[in-house]
Amino acid sequence: MQPSPIKSRPLYGTLAPVAHAMRHIAIAEGEGASAVIEAFGDHEALSRTTILFSPAPYRTDRTQETFLASLSCEALSVASSAEDLLGELVTLLSTATMGTRLYVSGSEDFIGRVTSEALHQGIDADAIQTEHRGAPTRRVQCVHCKGFTDGVSASPATCAHCGIHLLVRDHYSRRLGAFMGVSIDAEAPGDIPPAEAFGA
Amino acid sequence: MSGGVQFPVRVIETEAISPTVKRLRLAPRDGQALPAYSAGSHTVLTIDGGSRLIRNAYSLLGSTLAGGAAYEVAVQRSPQSRGGSAFIHDHLTVGADLSLSAPINLFALNRTARRHILVAGGIGITPIAAMAAELDALALPFELHYAMRDTASGAFAAELAARHGDNLHLYVSERQERLSVRDILARQPLGTHLYVCGPERMIEGVMTDARMAGWPESALHAERFLAPEGGEPFALRLARSGISTVVGEHETLLEAIEAAGVDAPYLCRGGACGQCETRVLAADGHLLHADHYLTDGQKSRGETIMTCVSRLRGRELVLDL
Repeated sequence: MQPSPIKSRPLYGTLAPVAHAMRHIAIAEGEGASAVIEAFGDHEALSRTTILFSPAPYRTDRTQETFLASLSCEALSVASSAEDLLGELVTLLSTATMGTRLYVSGSEDFIGRVTSEALHQGIDADAIQTEHRGAPTRRVQCVHCKGFTDGVSASPATCAHCGIHLLVRDHYSRRLGAFMGVSIDAEAPGDIPPAEAFGA
Repeated sequence: MSGGVQFPVRVIETEAISPTVKRLRLAPRDGQALPAYSAGSHTVLTIDGGSRLIRNAYSLLGSTLAGGAAYEVAVQRSPQSRGGSAFIHDHLTVGADLSLSAPINLFALNRTARRHILVAGGIGITPIAAMAAELDALALPFELHYAMRDTASGAFAAELAARHGDNLHLYVSERQERLSVRDILARQPLGTHLYVCGPERMIEGVMTDARMAGWPESALHAERFLAPEGGEPFALRLARSGISTVVGEHETLLEAIEAAGVDAPYLCRGGACGQCETRVLAADGHLLHADHYLTDGQKSRGETIMTCVSRLRGRELVLDL
């Protein structure tokens, strides 16, 4: 990935369990399961690790789930949707204590949603690690109607709420967990360039 | 002046809070209101010590957060003092004139935190008590842990107890009471931030315990003011000014630069803020870095030095000043 000149554009790393953490919470969607498996594999931290997983939408293959279940972690929870998974995360974080580290992996929009929700629960930004796996899809907020569109894979994109064609900028809000989308044809209505997919 | 705006003030009240701690109340001499400040701020006092100018940094107390008519500081007579705190204790009485810098905060409360754990040792209570006052006024959750040698040396203890009740936990080592950081850190909810001020060894201990308990760096805050120590004298050449001088045994590099009439940058005068970082052009000897600002890599490269607390062990130091 080319480094963006926009400073708010999130950068993702590689998950690595923090040795001194009292408790680890790893949350993954779809392909993100592989990042969790690679990082935690047979790590001694597993006995203090809760894994939350949701398969990618419409995926019927259960191999990742089976693999995660084979890890000897403290607890594994599989949810059918990212919404349910987020609900479980909020419950966990509401009673979590300092010394808890959070690991997030999956598509870019999933990482954004989880990170923003976790920050709302009071966790410090540097207690969260992220690793991008799977599609480079983004969560975009339309600056005009303020609606969120998930799973955006190219720019320009259509706002799922007000239908405006949006130029997806690299400007990112940590609070919202979303990229900024601005009308691309405000000055010349209907003049919309062909969509370009986001790089991985 | 390099230390920023200076406010001319006069001592209008002094109080011996303990046998070794003196509180000063300082009011502006020119009728100008002093700026409000946030808890954790310090000011640099400039005092005419007769043969030399004394410039020492002190935390501002919680009693004058709003600024205006006065500032208050508490000064401990330091046994390793190079004379500054002893001069304040022995000679600075009501009516004495001095000046102070605009407040600087290198130890601020994180307002996005949900809970605050304040830990103080000895005279380290001064910024910590100001934080407690600020948190109390904002009705934000906090606990205050204050360790002291004996009850007589525990400046402010009674006042803090009256003000903060159950939020205050006192540990008097004379009574065999020990502050157990691990117990304090256990079971703190997410979003808790930790603030420590006290002797260097205490700060290191608390920080190490917090890191071992998995606390992230952003939640850890410490005030590390160093009282600059003296050392062997060495020659100093200021290349741009074309001045050669000597840094005396009981003098800091910054003080020698100022005494030579060069207006060098500074703010905290305690090795914390980075303002006085100065380029080293040549060093015939070994640089003794004592600050908390430069990284280990920067210290070993020796391209710059913090003039407020660091010095040379050797013959001559040449600076880009």
